[in-house]
Amino acid sequence: MKITINGKGTAHDRTDITLAELLVINKVAAPHMVTVQLNGGFVAGDKYESIFIKDGDEVDFLYFMGGGR
Amino acid sequence: MIDLTEDQLERYSRHIILKDIGVEGQSKILEFKVLIIGLGGLGAPAALYLAAAGVGTIGIADGDTVDLSNLQRQVIHFTADVGKRKVISAMEKMKAINPDTNVVVYDEKLVAANIAGVIKDYDFIIDGTDNFPAKFLINDACVMGKKPFSHGGILRFEGQTVTYLPGHTCYRCVFTGPPPKSSVPSCSEAGVLGAIAGMLGTIQAAEAIKYAAGVGRLLVDRMLVFDALKMDFRTVPLSRNPRCPLCGENPSIRELVDHEQPACDIRRK
Repeated sequence: MKITINGKGTAHDRTDITLAELLVINKVAAPHMVTVQLNGGFVAGDKYESIFIKDGDEVDFLYFMGGGR
Repeated sequence: MIDLTEDQLERYSRHIILKDIGVEGQSKILEFKVLIIGLGGLGAPAALYLAAAGVGTIGIADGDTVDLSNLQRQVIHFTADVGKRKVISAMEKMKAINPDTNVVVYDEKLVAANIAGVIKDYDFIIDGTDNFPAKFLINDACVMGKKPFSHGGILRFEGQTVTYLPGHTCYRCVFTGPPPKSSVPSCSEAGVLGAIAGMLGTIQAAEAIKYAAGVGRLLVDRMLVFDALKMDFRTVPLSRNPRCPLCGENPSIRELVDHEQPACDIRRK
């Protein structure tokens, strides 16, 4: 299946990937430091394990960025 | 609309010849009031450009002194300013660029107890702080006070910014609360490329000026993210979060609080 991650198209052989696995595949080692948008809606952190990614999904990882000084 | 003097027509001529701004837009800028919280990497360039643009009143809030390690990116402070109060150092440069700008100094850290009283006098707030408690406090105070503000965050080679207008996506819609303390290394550990502070701080200044003049499309309901290593810019559409603890359907935050957290930032790894 083809999904878009952070604006870039990616292809995956498996079709049973959860959002939690997608975080691992994309090397997001600290899931509490990222907010996930799936097709434009925010996903609660406790749903990552139960949501399966579908063909054509658009996923955005938004990272905490606390600097400024 | 205020009448511009001959000097002002000359000084702001490159704004005035922009058909979207003109004399009318420049007049609005001259009457506009912006508060900059934090005079560091983001606040320094924002303060310089807002003063140069003729923003009528610019409040600057910071309780720190200039440190040698600031100078790599905080371009409003010079080598001779090391040890000086940041607000004084910044005010001197802003007044030197534009003596007409009224600079209001807050030589203190804004906290839950005083922030609402300060932001109420301003039309637009720029978040130039370096830590999550301050970023959440500014968001909460601006949402509660119905004040537009620009969120900015930088880290290493990357930056992000969102402009908030009342009724639209707020910072807590995206990030519901500060990350756990244990996951946050110190600012000095993480590092930042000095020039990206300028890239982001000037974007924040541009948003304030656009809002003042009433032109263009703001970064509302979208987050601009960039990675300067690849020089890749992207805007991510955002929408209000029904579960937002501040502006969602069942808000749990009803008053301003000071979150405790020592430091500033992290990303993956």
